[in-house]
Amino acid sequence: MKNKFTFAEAIKKAIIYSMKKDPKMISYGLGIDDPKGIFGTTTNLHKIFGERRVFDVPTSENALTGIAIGSSIAGSRVLFSHQRFDFSLLSFDQLINNAAKWNYMFGGKTKSPSITIRVVVGKGWGQGPTHSQNFQSLLAHIPGLKVVSPAFPEDAYNLLIDSIFDPNPVIFIEHRWLHGVSGGIKRNKISLGDVHLKQRGKNITILGNSIGLLNVIKVNRFLEKYKIYPEIIDCYSISPINLSKIVKSVKKTKRLLIVDNSNTFCSFSSGVLAELVQMKKINFKSNPVIIGNKNIPSPTSHYISKFFYQDSLSIFKRILKTFGISNYEIPTELKKNKYYHDVPIEKFGPF
Amino acid sequence: MLRNKKLSKRIYFNSLRIRMIELEISKRYHEQKMRCPVHLSVGQEFLPGIIETFFDKNDKSVSGHRAHAHYLSKKCSLKKLIAEIYGKKTGCSGGIGGSMHLIDKSKGFYGSTAIVGNTIPIGAGISLSMSLNKTNKNLTYIFLGDGAVETGIFFETLNFVVLKKLPCLFICENNSFSVYSELRKRQPKNRKISKLVSSFGIKTDSANTTHLNDTFKKFSKAYNYVKKKQMPYFVEFHTSRKLEHCGPNYDDDLNYRDKNFLNYWKKNDPVEKLEKTLLKKKYLSKTEILSFKSKIQGEIIRSFNYAENSKPPKFEDLNQNLFSK
Repeated sequence: MKNKFTFAEAIKKAIIYSMKKDPKMISYGLGIDDPKGIFGTTTNLHKIFGERRVFDVPTSENALTGIAIGSSIAGSRVLFSHQRFDFSLLSFDQLINNAAKWNYMFGGKTKSPSITIRVVVGKGWGQGPTHSQNFQSLLAHIPGLKVVSPAFPEDAYNLLIDSIFDPNPVIFIEHRWLHGVSGGIKRNKISLGDVHLKQRGKNITILGNSIGLLNVIKVNRFLEKYKIYPEIIDCYSISPINLSKIVKSVKKTKRLLIVDNSNTFCSFSSGVLAELVQMKKINFKSNPVIIGNKNIPSPTSHYISKFFYQDSLSIFKRILKTFGISNYEIPTELKKNKYYHDVPIEKFGPF
Repeated sequence: MLRNKKLSKRIYFNSLRIRMIELEISKRYHEQKMRCPVHLSVGQEFLPGIIETFFDKNDKSVSGHRAHAHYLSKKCSLKKLIAEIYGKKTGCSGGIGGSMHLIDKSKGFYGSTAIVGNTIPIGAGISLSMSLNKTNKNLTYIFLGDGAVETGIFFETLNFVVLKKLPCLFICENNSFSVYSELRKRQPKNRKISKLVSSFGIKTDSANTTHLNDTFKKFSKAYNYVKKKQMPYFVEFHTSRKLEHCGPNYDDDLNYRDKNFLNYWKKNDPVEKLEKTLLKKKYLSKTEILSFKSKIQGEIIRSFNYAENSKPPKFEDLNQNLFSK
């Protein structure tokens, strides 16, 4: 039996698991039953569960989000997938004015909608200003929405199941470059709102999630040489977030780097940092650092998109700078990838 | 309708009750105890008065900012409505939502919200779920106004409802005004809303609520069609509010509504017209009207007392119910 699965396969397995567990659950999104099946995450699901439960929809993001809320409060759990996070912007009235506060504004006389909104973040190959945005911070800002963003296939599998069965609206963020990443899968319940200690360390705490965390993992093995032992925390649930675990780590390491997959002003990273610097008992040994995307739209041109994102190399340099190390060699593995900077693997297309 | 004495008296009673409730809110509003915006339905009571007589607790309803009458048409508690406007814990939404966020799921009233158009897809979703679970004789009311017909989400939902053949009954109350903006500034002059909507492939109809029998007939036809055929239906009802868009006052001194329009609705007020007709037909006597009024007034006073004497929410309630467990 296969024991390794790609991130995309893990997503599909999680949907199958959930739809079998709850026969009332429905799943929809643009292109869900087309030949590409949302990056292979939904291929043939309509054949397994029938077209009443898995169906393609009109290009009506806002209404379909409201329909998800209505279906859920009448008894059908909903998973709604967007092929780009950018497309979901049209649904923010329903997400923010309804989904996030449905239970609160009716004084608990109803229930929150149990809906999961899958959003895929595009990057590279000219995705540009309106096909590659990550609004994790924007949505994490809204009380009543849960926001998660895993990095590994196993966490994607478990988090998606737990998002679907969470009785509240959850934004499930998938970075497109992760879809091909492989790993083992075992079902473990993850409590939404928790963070995961990925690696114990001594003298710097590094927070990240999704692709940013993978970039950190790539850097990790080149740090020991400089006596840097990072404590890596996967913030796969950014809202709510388990701050106490983070505080505990930072109190120990007294250094902090937050890797953000969105632009950094008024962001997930700046929000976490703002909470931490207000706490008296953390005596930082060096200035805490945030590294993320530039506060400009993402350019389409590959000639300049290479300057836009954080990557392993910029993370590596930033960590060393935090320790005051200026004399270092850049590991060959971290130098720009041998084909192009804007694709995760050689064969990577626009869609 | 007007041939049926019992039914027309009941509709009169319902409409009168809504009017008296709304006017009492208006009268006491200056006391500053009801500290939230209210969009009163004075002038628009006749249709909800009819809808009450079709009550089925399995029918679901969603509505918008002017929802008191829709809530009452679903036989939801008056005490809880008044307590809600007072911001008290005994309100239908625990005092958290106020006048624009009403709910009573036990009666099938699934919620009203304050953003124009934003419960329209909620109604479609409720209907979708019930249809998937093969609920028999399923019907979901989607209340909207002429302004909501200008939102994208209305057309998105309409398309979906027709595509999926969902048994939704759209009740569009066209009172010709979105706050102070007249319909002809917002939509082309000779276009009828019901005609535009019918081009989507949904059955539609329209009526002027001052034509009492016709309004009843068209509502009844639409209701029975949705129930029996399990298909969507859209009805536009022309109506007019007597008070300002939001608040307790008359605001016609601002001159934003045409004199002819105002005179028309003054002369053709559906509730007054119904009262006159019933008196003329001798279905109703002046003494009976007085006894209706005193019965309703008694209920209103009890409901306001209930609200006044109810406990307010406390500090601990602030953080409650953000998430379901």
